[in-house]
Amino acid sequence: MTLDLFEKFDPILNDYNSLPDGAENPFTVSMEKVLSPTTAIINGRETILAGTNNYMGMTFNPECMAAAQEALTDFGTGTTGSRVLNGTYNSHKQLEETLKEFYDCQHAIVFSTGYQANLGVIATLAGPKDYVVIDTDSHASIYDGCAMGNATVVRFKHNDPDNLDKRLNRIRRDDPEAGILVVLEGVYSMLGDQAPLKELTRISKKHNAYVLVDEAHSIGVFGETGRGVAQEQDVEDQVDFIIGTFSKSVGTIGGYCVSNHPKFEALRLVCRPYIFTASLPPSVVASATKALELIASTNLRSKLLDNSMRLNKGLCDVGFNMGTTGESPIAAIVIDDQDTAIAFWGEMIKEGVYVNLALPPATPNRMNLMRCSLSAAHSFAQIDFMLEKFTLVGKRLGILQDKVASLTG
Amino acid sequence: MTQNVDEIFERICTLLKPFNKKDIAIGKDTTFSIDLELDSLTVMDMLSEIEDEFDITIPLNMLPDLETVGQFTDAVHKLLSE
Ligand SMILES: Cc1ncc(COP(=O)(O)O)c(C=O)c1O
Repeated sequence: MTLDLFEKFDPILNDYNSLPDGAENPFTVSMEKVLSPTTAIINGRETILAGTNNYMGMTFNPECMAAAQEALTDFGTGTTGSRVLNGTYNSHKQLEETLKEFYDCQHAIVFSTGYQANLGVIATLAGPKDYVVIDTDSHASIYDGCAMGNATVVRFKHNDPDNLDKRLNRIRRDDPEAGILVVLEGVYSMLGDQAPLKELTRISKKHNAYVLVDEAHSIGVFGETGRGVAQEQDVEDQVDFIIGTFSKSVGTIGGYCVSNHPKFEALRLVCRPYIFTASLPPSVVASATKALELIASTNLRSKLLDNSMRLNKGLCDVGFNMGTTGESPIAAIVIDDQDTAIAFWGEMIKEGVYVNLALPPATPNRMNLMRCSLSAAHSFAQIDFMLEKFTLVGKRLGILQDKVASLTG
Repeated sequence: MTQNVDEIFERICTLLKPFNKKDIAIGKDTTFSIDLELDSLTVMDMLSEIEDEFDITIPLNMLPDLETVGQFTDAVHKLLSE
């Protein structure tokens, strides 16, 4: 009897098949039309987008769109090749120059996605004799970079400097010469908490480890010129590699790694997720370049954080159990059981608000989350609309109790 | 200080108590995923506690090969004697 290769997926398929059909299924919903960074037509209804990671609202920025359209006309729809073959245009090099200026650093390499940047940099830098030390709540791309490489992988407790110290101590005790790469994130995407980079980098450096910080959710959002949490916490000189993505604040797609290591460019010769895939299309490169210039020169950060604080505070005030504090652009309601979370999501989409349903194992501590990511492009009126709908649905599902009635009169 | 396998097994069993929700009898053949019904995240958390208890580094890479309490015990024994 031959084995069905798909048999192992039966448990997950069973779960999946028990979800509501079509319109109310969070994993098959599609946008019929996107009207702006914050609104779309979904199920024939105008819907406020409250979960898109479009922190700066760059997707419809007129300057970015014009740059992309010009590049599309002049250079076509795609490069059809790897960066090391026919896929490097002047604009790819210009984008890397822009990144160097943005981070005020020596080297920048652009990848086709942030996922591939983590995959490539982690798997390639840490070889068979080296160690990668990661936070337990790391993004999947970091875990996958570890799985793809040959280094010894060690985890430390989320954002816990003492726990990191303990693990680095052991590694050094057993192997004084080992190369060690500590991988951190500026902002953790589910609960929006920042890594305590001052402590974590100090401990890493004490043990002579390299530090990589993934700023996927913090570029544009934190730091005086929008470079992220390393800049915000004033530890950029302690960070050896910064990884980021163009798929959130920058409003398009692509990933990058920047560094001052003198031999950094070697990665172009050995990093397989950089070499064995096609480079970004010219229109994407053009809009990313323009967006980086805009992020460096305009300050949308305070507007974004004001929006987030308004939603977080409002949700907390009506009595939701919040996983976030409002100090990052994420607002996440913790829902006790998965079925209620799925139902909550369905009710919200019917009310015209799109949020992210985040379930284990993608969430820390097995939480079920209704996760919003705010945008600087949201108006206060839109935030208040979200609040109204969250409250309505919270009551409908019995999550918000009498306390609410008295608060809202 | 190297410890014998039985001592290590006993200490691991003690550590496993909070993870043994159904209070089943733990032997060396007990599996984490089927008998103890632990998901991969929980197994990783347990691994961290065992690292701290024995003051060793257990690489995450070893996890796929550690399905039973006995295999875990042998792995810790080996890491302690290195
Ligand atoms: C922390 C983190 N790193 C990397 C990525 C991957 O980014 P990209 O969308 O560019 O592949 C994401 C996005 O999901 C992320 O949240």
